[in-house]
Amino acid sequence: MAQAFFGGVHPDDMKAATNEKAIEQIKAPAQVVIPMSMHIGAPCKPIVAVGDKVTIGQKIGEPGGFVSAPIHASVSGTVKAVEPRPFSMGGTMMSVVIENDFQDTVCPDIHPVEDPDSLTPEQLVEIVKNAGIVGQGGATFPTHVKISSGLGKVDYVLINAAECEPYITGDHRTCLERPEQVIKGAALLAKCFGVDKVYIGIEANKQNAADVLNKTIQELKAPVVVEVLHTRYPQGAEKQLVQAITGRQVPSGKLPADAGCCIFNLNTTCSIYKAVYTGMPVVSKVVTVSGSGVIEPKNIECPIGTPITDLFDACGGLKEETYKLIMGGPMMGLAQYDVNVNVGTGTGAMLAFAGDEEKYEAEPHCIRCGKCVGVCPMRLEPVFMYKYLMKGDVDTWQNRLHGMDCIECGACTYICPARLPLIHAFRMGKQKVNNARMAAKAKAEAEAKAAEKKEA
Amino acid sequence: MTDYKNLKLIASSSPHIRSGEDTRSIMLDVIIALIPALCMSVYVFGFQALVLTIISIAACVFWEWAYRKVMKKSSAVGDLSAVVTGMLLAFVCPVSLPWWMIVVGAFFSIVVVKQLYGGIGCNFLNPALAGRAALLACYASAMTTWVLPGEKLALFGSAADVATGATPLAMLKEGSFEALMDTYSVTDMFLGKIGGSLGEVSALMLLLGGVYLLIRKIISWHTPVAYIATVAIICLISAPEGMGAVDYMLYNVFGGGLMLGAIFMATDYATSPVTKPGQLIFGIGCGLLTVFIRRFGSYPEGVCYSILVMNCCTWLLDKYIRPTIYGAPKKEKKEAAAK
Repeated sequence: MAQAFFGGVHPDDMKAATNEKAIEQIKAPAQVVIPMSMHIGAPCKPIVAVGDKVTIGQKIGEPGGFVSAPIHASVSGTVKAVEPRPFSMGGTMMSVVIENDFQDTVCPDIHPVEDPDSLTPEQLVEIVKNAGIVGQGGATFPTHVKISSGLGKVDYVLINAAECEPYITGDHRTCLERPEQVIKGAALLAKCFGVDKVYIGIEANKQNAADVLNKTIQELKAPVVVEVLHTRYPQGAEKQLVQAITGRQVPSGKLPADAGCCIFNLNTTCSIYKAVYTGMPVVSKVVTVSGSGVIEPKNIECPIGTPITDLFDACGGLKEETYKLIMGGPMMGLAQYDVNVNVGTGTGAMLAFAGDEEKYEAEPHCIRCGKCVGVCPMRLEPVFMYKYLMKGDVDTWQNRLHGMDCIECGACTYICPARLPLIHAFRMGKQKVNNARMAAKAKAEAEAKAAEKKEA
Repeated sequence: MTDYKNLKLIASSSPHIRSGEDTRSIMLDVIIALIPALCMSVYVFGFQALVLTIISIAACVFWEWAYRKVMKKSSAVGDLSAVVTGMLLAFVCPVSLPWWMIVVGAFFSIVVVKQLYGGIGCNFLNPALAGRAALLACYASAMTTWVLPGEKLALFGSAADVATGATPLAMLKEGSFEALMDTYSVTDMFLGKIGGSLGEVSALMLLLGGVYLLIRKIISWHTPVAYIATVAIICLISAPEGMGAVDYMLYNVFGGGLMLGAIFMATDYATSPVTKPGQLIFGIGCGLLTVFIRRFGSYPEGVCYSILVMNCCTWLLDKYIRPTIYGAPKKEKKEAAAK
């Protein structure tokens, strides 16, 4: 059994609604809207124009920088528009709208790698880069950057299948139904990093998935180990997973690679498998559609860019009382204010709430119970962080209370009996710190320029 | 199909789910945990115990409501914290206390100690204990008249009508060990058939309540265990002549307000440290002070003042006893040490 990480909470996992339902293919959507940003970093430049014919897997977005990944068409058809559309991260984003011709024509450039076993790390990075693979746990960091920056530094490669957020069951079903993709993808990573073993971290509430994976590992004789982890949120948070499997701690303000670890989401691993063994870039996503507002919760595989309304239609629609739509899990997902958003590579779940999940206190009073201190996986003290922020003392919050180390997992806010908006306050605190850093940087640059001028 | 355009959506910051526990449910759990001890008090002292408790609760709720009304603040009565304060205030007063005195005590607890410092969570002293301390200062005689167990006080009766006597701790203080052991057996001490404040007499019932709070995760074991263990250990190693060490320890642990204080007062959220190590130190501090006051102070009982003193140290414990954050730079520390 793996080790424990600090703190954590046990929300009702709500997975029973979908964890026995096989992944369904959605009826092909009439049109898809593919945003040009599905990763952190610079958005892509669209390289198709209105009227162009596109095929599945054809590149339609060119990376805008180093920390970026190309974007591909997820259906075949005609480009109807290239314009800003509502975006799941808020606001609008330049998007390519493709009208589906329902021919499912695959791009002729797509072909599997001839000899997957002889791939060098550099070749794999190149394949991953061209396939537009990004971290699919939600942070959407480009995977090729992660691999190339970790090469040589890393002695632990971890696959994150913890799926600790309530409701979500996509990874669970993927392990049960497509274990070969997972294990072969993991084996590719093992070879790439030159490690003896790749660890797959999975929570104990998915024992059947762990068994299936173990069976596949034996059959394939793959250098992969399944680690069954405590069922506790946030087990799937990067730093907590590192602690649970390796016993190491990622240094404050650093990346897992600095602790010798490289972590890949389960879906990312499957995408690597697909890119190598079929040549297909990331064009589809398994999404758990669940929550009290959904008539018939399901796990659905759909093309990237599918409107979320198509997802709900595939699940019998929404209840009238639905008051909240969440892209992602209930602990860290983003509430959507516009129904016209679309599935992206980081979309693991679409939840609709119609019950009494929302518990709001208009005038919350901290009772100093200290429960937030007990559950914080980063061992911070949310109770004091909140108080200092409310007093406007960002300096103490940042330096003495280590506010910037908050991973925004939401455990403190979940447990808080006074229902303080803790995480919301910390996000604002981070924003203030980042703004101050930018301002300081701009000022330093301006001063350097002024000094240059003087010298000239 | 669903008309998605007509959905009225809330967009708020994550997390979107909350645990079912809130301030009100916590306070309700504390009230439930106090009920066994209240039942025992009614059994030992008669229905006057219940009446005094109800008056105290009503007074606390009234002062809370009235203060917030006058100050034009939102009503906070619904969180039930005033009810808990009311129960605890009655529990630390003698059953024979005149009703109007407890109303004065309630005023001090709720208005002066709690609301003037900003209301729930902002007070630095335990309201019930501060109320008791104020009453003891104002009405020393009434606050130290102890009805003997089994003397059923008539409703609204006065202490003059019934037999009163010294509490076990007072007898310990006087050094009359034999008289004490003749009057009250250790079993009496444990069950609560002794004189003392209204709610503190039955160690058994208070422990029951404590176990309930532990199971419901309202309190952690750190403060009560550290507190009681400290008192027990010091008593064991420093028993006076004329009494067995174990007996001396048991009379000290079951006597007075130790159980009530350790389980219900020292664990008060607002006035104790938020970290577990801080709570351990807080409990040990309470234990040391309690024994010192009992042994060397002018009062036979020290729980009330020891907790109030430690309340004043809470900010210090919170400031210096802090968790080491995840990923704290260990190497830098080592390097610094090497230099």
